[in-house]
Amino acid sequence: MKTGAGILIEGLQREGVETIFGYPGGVVLPIYDELYESSLRHILVRHEQAAAHAADGYARASGRVGVCLATSGPGACNLVTGIATAYMDSVPIVAITGQVPTSLLGNDAFQESDITGITLPITKHNYLVKRTEDLGHVLREAFYIAGTGRKGPVLIDLPKDVSTKSIDYEFPESEPVTLRGYQPTVRGHARQIDKALELILEAERPLIYAGGGVISSDASAELISLVDTMGIPVTTTLMGLGAVPCDHPLNLGMLGMHGTRSANYAVIESDLLIAIGARFDDRVTGKLDTFAPHAKVIHIDIDPAEIGKNKKVDVPIVGDTKSVLQDLLAKVRKKKEYDRWQARIRGWKEKHPLTYRRDGVLRPQLVVEKLSELLKGEGIIVSEVGQNQMWTAQYFCFRKPRTWITSGGLGTMGYGFPAAMGAHFACPDKVVFDIAGDGSFQMNIQELSTVACNNIPVKVAILNNRFLGMVRQWQELFHDRRYSFTELPPVDFVKVANAYGVEGIRVESADDVVPALKAAIDTDGPFVLDFRVEREENVFPMVPAGAAINEMIGGNVE
Amino acid sequence: MKAHTLSVLVENKAGVLSRVTGLFSRRGFNIESLAVGVCEEPGMSRITIVCIGDDAQIEQVMKQLNKLIDVIKVSDITENERVERELALIKVSADPGTSRAEVMQLATIFRAQIIDVGAKTVTLSVAGDTEKIDALEKLLRQYGVKELVRTGKIAILRGTKTVKSAK
Repeated sequence: MKTGAGILIEGLQREGVETIFGYPGGVVLPIYDELYESSLRHILVRHEQAAAHAADGYARASGRVGVCLATSGPGACNLVTGIATAYMDSVPIVAITGQVPTSLLGNDAFQESDITGITLPITKHNYLVKRTEDLGHVLREAFYIAGTGRKGPVLIDLPKDVSTKSIDYEFPESEPVTLRGYQPTVRGHARQIDKALELILEAERPLIYAGGGVISSDASAELISLVDTMGIPVTTTLMGLGAVPCDHPLNLGMLGMHGTRSANYAVIESDLLIAIGARFDDRVTGKLDTFAPHAKVIHIDIDPAEIGKNKKVDVPIVGDTKSVLQDLLAKVRKKKEYDRWQARIRGWKEKHPLTYRRDGVLRPQLVVEKLSELLKGEGIIVSEVGQNQMWTAQYFCFRKPRTWITSGGLGTMGYGFPAAMGAHFACPDKVVFDIAGDGSFQMNIQELSTVACNNIPVKVAILNNRFLGMVRQWQELFHDRRYSFTELPPVDFVKVANAYGVEGIRVESADDVVPALKAAIDTDGPFVLDFRVEREENVFPMVPAGAAINEMIGGNVE
Repeated sequence: MKAHTLSVLVENKAGVLSRVTGLFSRRGFNIESLAVGVCEEPGMSRITIVCIGDDAQIEQVMKQLNKLIDVIKVSDITENERVERELALIKVSADPGTSRAEVMQLATIFRAQIIDVGAKTVTLSVAGDTEKIDALEKLLRQYGVKELVRTGKIAILRGTKTVKSAK
């Protein structure tokens, strides 16, 4: 005989889960009782939102499904932002929530919330399990759905009586899950791939625009191989950073609102845009009808709904990017030289590098640049959201996939610190840095307690400008410097960290940046670095909202 | 922009209707008419949805519907030869002495059935395509429509073809 809670924990372990992030409460008591003597590692967070983000960070760093657990009502509702974050960035997580007993469902019982209803638009799928007998296969389906196709979060809502009931249950032998309403296309259509190759050979100025899909399908090697064998320049989205080494000669860096000038100029001039695992998001395209105006478009994506959603496509290829790129590479017979185009791109790269004022002042970009030099592309970099995120994207040289973890689609402040905890459990041997702003860090600052008690060696580098910097930047540029509610009072983050039992240093001069970063890296446990940076530094270049992406402002420092 | 008739085969599970309708509202698509019921396949239901949009919007609706795990198949049958039916129940003022005979005559012409009679009313049941029901309703207005209940449209392909076999 097994209880529902027992089936849940055993089922998780059968799915290969080693670590889950959670927070107990009334209706999950049976599950926590089961965890008490389980070999499954449970990390107690200090707020359920952090559990969801940690599961997400774990998933992004490892490529496996992350798991979080919360109680009903407020616990489940606190997961919502984390689930939405994972949904927008197609991250595989399974969120398990307790629910009031089935007899009380719909009665506005204590700590009841309709979490399957609430998360309907932000999950790939969700379940309210009403019978203990169904739990085993629901769990298998949930992991299958989360981790295949276009990945995403799946929620399982578990009423208390379903967890407590004992049944005779044997886990079925691991036959593959089959769902008649869910059969993702993995292989690309051969004729479409032929057509894509024809377009590539016809083009004079082809450009690859690679997104997060390349990372999530582990297609980085195939992408690099395409770039190298065909000689096609590549730009990546925020989510695609790390797919191609930053210093690859044909890599133009990030495109879009805070992308490089060379990437954005290349998009405008290209005559063939090859979108791979990217979705023509508004932060990438700017004004849509001026995006790649001269280009034919090849779009490779696992999700058919993304194809043609925003931009008209000439050759759509539905399939897993890794599989499609392998098939495409295998078919390459002829090659073409794009010398003039490559030379033009080299010219832009030389003329418009990303720059900031290197004047001995403690500027935020300097912190990122020095960290990048120290880590030499190793380690995992997580960011919060806002200026800290954009500077990291611009100035950290990412060389490998899954070493850059950030909330792109939803833009969730407070994501980075808990996601960094998750990344540590995925890759315990790697140095994990959360590059934060003072605003974002304070949105999940309570997790200092989690890292302290579990000695999770996450390093937090706060680019502390005492502003909600990105909003302040927009106010400066577009609202006559009317800094409405964006100035934050100074916080002594070192004292806060110490109060939780975490070490920290404040850094006030540019000369102290490297020693401070080294001290953090050399410390075994968690560490907080409070960089008091130039307060009104802006992220440049920048495409104003609604403009074409070659209408960039700023970023030319003499 | 034109009306499209979508035939959506779904798992007969709790919450599937709210998944489908929720998708329409959150992605800004309008539903003109909706009908749900069990179908020939055990454990499945068929939802017939009429919605208005241009080709790109309808393509996007269908792709998004297809992404729902509980949706098994989505077919746009707008261009197919098909039979469509809606059902309306209409309670009309019809005094025995004056208008009742005329109302009953209209019912005969429209092949509507009289399914209930009250002291001063007659209730009709009429099935047909949208235009037929609209036409009858318009004619009955002059007598006074006390209440009208109408289902969404259901549709089936003509001949041996089925929605499942159609492209």
